[in-house]
Parts: sequence; structure tokens; C-alpha cells
Amino acid sequence: MNPEMILFFIFGAVSLIGAIAVISFRHPIYSALSLIVTFFAQAGLFVILGAHFVAAVQVIVYAGAIMVLFLFVIMLLNLGTLSAKGALTGKLKGVAIILGVLFAAQGIYIAMNALKNTALQDAEAVTETVTTYKIGELLFSKYLLPFEVTSLILLAALIGVIVLVKRENQTEN
Amino acid sequence: MDIDIVEVIIIPVIKILFIAHLLIIGVMAMIWSERRVSGWMQDRLGPNRVGPQGLLQPIADGIKFLFKEDIIPNHVDKPLYVLAPVMLLVPAMIIVAVVPFGSSMTIAGYEIPLQIADLNIGILYILAITSLGVYGVVIGAWASNNKYSLLGGLRSSAQMISYELTLGLAIIGVLMLSESLSLRKIAIDQGGNPWEWNFLIHFPAFLAFTTAVFAETNRLPFDLAEAEQELVAGYHTEYSSMKFAIFFMAEYMSMIVGSAVVVTLFLGGWHFFGLENIGGEGSVLAGLISFAIFFVKTGIFLFVFIWVRWTLPRFRYDQLMNFGWKFLLPVALSSIVVTGTLYITTNGNRLWIGIGNVVAAFIVVAIVAGMLAMDNNSKSAAQSTPAVAPLRGLDAVE
Repeated sequence: MNPEMILFFIFGAVSLIGAIAVISFRHPIYSALSLIVTFFAQAGLFVILGAHFVAAVQVIVYAGAIMVLFLFVIMLLNLGTLSAKGALTGKLKGVAIILGVLFAAQGIYIAMNALKNTALQDAEAVTETVTTYKIGELLFSKYLLPFEVTSLILLAALIGVIVLVKRENQTEN
Repeated sequence: MDIDIVEVIIIPVIKILFIAHLLIIGVMAMIWSERRVSGWMQDRLGPNRVGPQGLLQPIADGIKFLFKEDIIPNHVDKPLYVLAPVMLLVPAMIIVAVVPFGSSMTIAGYEIPLQIADLNIGILYILAITSLGVYGVVIGAWASNNKYSLLGGLRSSAQMISYELTLGLAIIGVLMLSESLSLRKIAIDQGGNPWEWNFLIHFPAFLAFTTAVFAETNRLPFDLAEAEQELVAGYHTEYSSMKFAIFFMAEYMSMIVGSAVVVTLFLGGWHFFGLENIGGEGSVLAGLISFAIFFVKTGIFLFVFIWVRWTLPRFRYDQLMNFGWKFLLPVALSSIVVTGTLYITTNGNRLWIGIGNVVAAFIVVAIVAGMLAMDNNSKSAAQSTPAVAPLRGLDAVE
């Protein structure tokens, strides 16, 4: 077993344990922290695959930014410990099962088609050379349109948030 | 598989041990020099009793912290309360892994770069780990189950998130000119002479970055998280003995690492008038000299940290947020636009980029200041009462 395999199993196990912990803890703060552990372990998996850039972005965006907001909301709302029952009942259970089956099907589909996928081949080309450089090149050539569309959507979301917050302030005054 | 054990394991382990111990000794030296320099600036002595010039004072303090009773209050969330100081210390410590602290030296046929890991995403690694530092503060504040702690933690995390943006945007101009995210490449690119260093080419970005580093390390004038007049001691109110000491160490460690990053990105790294090449490139002597230069530069920058502490008063919270979002962020953005544009149009002429950056920063600051002034005028004309009445609830009761 080479060192990469050992690291893969360590990070894989940590991310699985973290994911299970997210749904098993009764306290939202602990769940959020377990989610951070999972994100971090996944970043480790990306590093093993040679995708350093993706790993760094994973930590910056998910572990660093989004989860801080999660924690903020949980703390400010002061959510207490959730009771054991009442979390998943009736309709919610049905929705959860449907979503779970859909997600599993999607995962199997992606795994089966992985080798034919061109996007995956691009990804492999990226990891072979200097990662960030190659990612930049691909973003501004082959994937220019999706990249620009994404940035426009993000910009729209940004302006939308500002507009919503502003309106609230005006009515208050 | 033939792995050279010396190159893959022994040398990195030696480097890691060296840097980790240097950091801890650096923290002790910083605590001592902070108190002595503070004393000097306030025309008093500072600690000078334990050892020569009081040099052993930090060790005495450390022993005191270790032997104090380790109190865990009844009302805290115990696991997170214990975890929080570590969550602050670890990010502060591991950032240093990508900072090059010297050129390289050749010992017994092995070329040893004086850096633990030369990642090709070095800067992204720094940003990623910095963004994790906020958890220690937030979790410590929440786990303390104390409203002053929570307020301090919320303040501090809002501040860290706001200034992180400036931290990230201010270095993009530097990245453009170096065409690399690797800190070693950025340091090498800057060359030996001070006028070639990045702080002149990207002067506004340098100021913005430095300010953001002050904010990220929770140092005065940005230490609102522990404003004692308002919040007792902020997020570490409930902490005592060694756990408090770890919070303390984390602050000093992030100061040291922050200075090292600033020196690498903007102040030429280990370069100084070609002194780093004495004895030939890659020789042991050159390596040691380059390390010494880096060490001294970081030390001078750390002195600036203390100096600023006794020069500037603490910001008010709204001033802090206004400053971060309305001045630093636009200045950092302008440096990206100007550097990018001038890089294409003038073929990467450093002089033009330097001038353009400063001019653009002045224009941006003038525009923002003008807009704020207009905003204030219209506000005061429209209503005589302040926009936010802090005690509105009490008015209603009356």
C-alpha cells in the first residue's frame, strides 16, 4: 500500500464519520462543526488527486465562508438541542427517501459514465500540469461562456441581496 | 519504489521542528518585547527583574499559567470550550508551512530550499487557513455561554470576514505581476533592491493588506472583540490558566506569521541589496544570510505592530465596518483593475503600474469620501433624529 492510499483511507474515513456525525448530533452547533470536518477531509481527498486548487477553494468557500454563516445563524437564533422525535416524520420521511434514492441513482450514473465524460478528461489534463495555470486557461477559453454566465448569476444574486436589505431599511425609517 | 528517506522524511521533519520551535520562541520573544517596547513608549521600564533585562519573564509567565488551576466553569459547553483555543492556535501555526524563510542551501549534496512546502497554490493555502481561524473565536465565544463572550465573538468574526475580502483582493495585483501563486516565486521575482519590491509597485494594496492583517490578528486598533470597557475581555472572558495562554499564544503567533507573509509578498522576502548571494547561490553561508535577512525584516515589521498599538486608538464598531467595506475594499479592487489594465497596455512596466495604483487609490478614496459626505448631508437635512436610535426600546416604554 503506497502512502497515497493510506492518506485516501484516512481522509475518506474522516469525511464519512463527519458526515454521519452531522446527522446524528442533536445539537445544531455540533452538526455544523462536523460538516466543517467533512469539508476539510474532502479537501484532503482533492489534494491526493492532485487538484490543489479545488482543495483550496473547497476550504475557502465551504469551510471558511459558508459554514461561518451557518454558525452565525445557529448562534443568533440560539437553537437549542433538537428532540429525538419530530425531526423526520410523515411527509418529510417520504421526501427524504425519494431524494435519497434520486441522489444514489445520480451517483451510480456518474460513476458508470465517468470514463466517457469529456469534462473529466479535462480535469485529468489539469491535474497533470500546473493546476491553477491550466484551470485559468480552460476557464478563459473552452469554458468562457459558462464562466461568464456563472459570474453574471452571482452578480445578480449580489445585487438582489442588496436591494432586499435596502428595502427593509427604508420601510423601517 | 526507491524513496530517498533523507530527502523525503528527515529534511522536512528537521525543517518543521525548527520552524515550530522558532515560532514558539518567537512568541515568547514577542511577549517580552511587546511589554518592554510598550514600557519604553510610555516612559516606564516594563518587566526587567526575571533574568537579564527581564528576558526570562515569558518563561516565568508560562510556568505560572501551567500551574494555575484549570477552571472549567459549570455553565460552559465543555467539549467545545476545551477545543476552541486549539482551533485558534492550529491555523495560526500551520500557515507558516508555505512561507519561504530564506533561499536555499546545499548540504552534503542535498539542495534544501528554506521552506517547508513550496505549494503552487501557496497564497490560496494562506487564505484558506486564515478563513478557518475565525472558528476558534466563534466557538470559544459560544461555548463560554456568556453574553459578553458571545458579543465579542460575533464582533470579531464579522470583522474577520469583512477584512478577509480585502486580504484576498489586495494580493491579486502581486499575483498578476509574478504570474504565480507560489510564495517562493513571488519572493524571487522581487529582486534584490528595495525599489524593486512589491510594496512600491502596489503601494495602496500593500497598505490595504497590512491593515487587513492587523484586523485579522485582532490587534489594536482592531481589537474590538476584547474591548474591556464594553465586553470585559471578549471571547476569552471565561478562560483561565493554560487555555487563556493558548489564546494569547495564538494571537502572537498569527502576528508573527502575518508579518512573515507581508515580508514575503511585499517587502522582498529574503532579498536585501544582493547580500543574500554572498558565498554563491545555494551555499550554506548564503542560506544562513538570507534567513537572517528574512528574520530581521519580520522583526522590524513586528515592531510596527507594537508601535501602531500605542499610536492609534481603538476604532468604534461602525467606523471599523465603514473603513473595511467603503475604503479598503474599493482600494483593493482598484489595484486589481489598474494593475491588470496597465500590465497589458504598458507591457508590464513596473513604474507605470506603481504610479497608476497610487493615483487610482487616491481617486477611489476621494470618490468614496465625497459620496459619504453627500450621504451625511442629505441624511441630516431629511431628519433631525439619528438614523439608528440605540435605545429606541426605552423610548417606547416611556
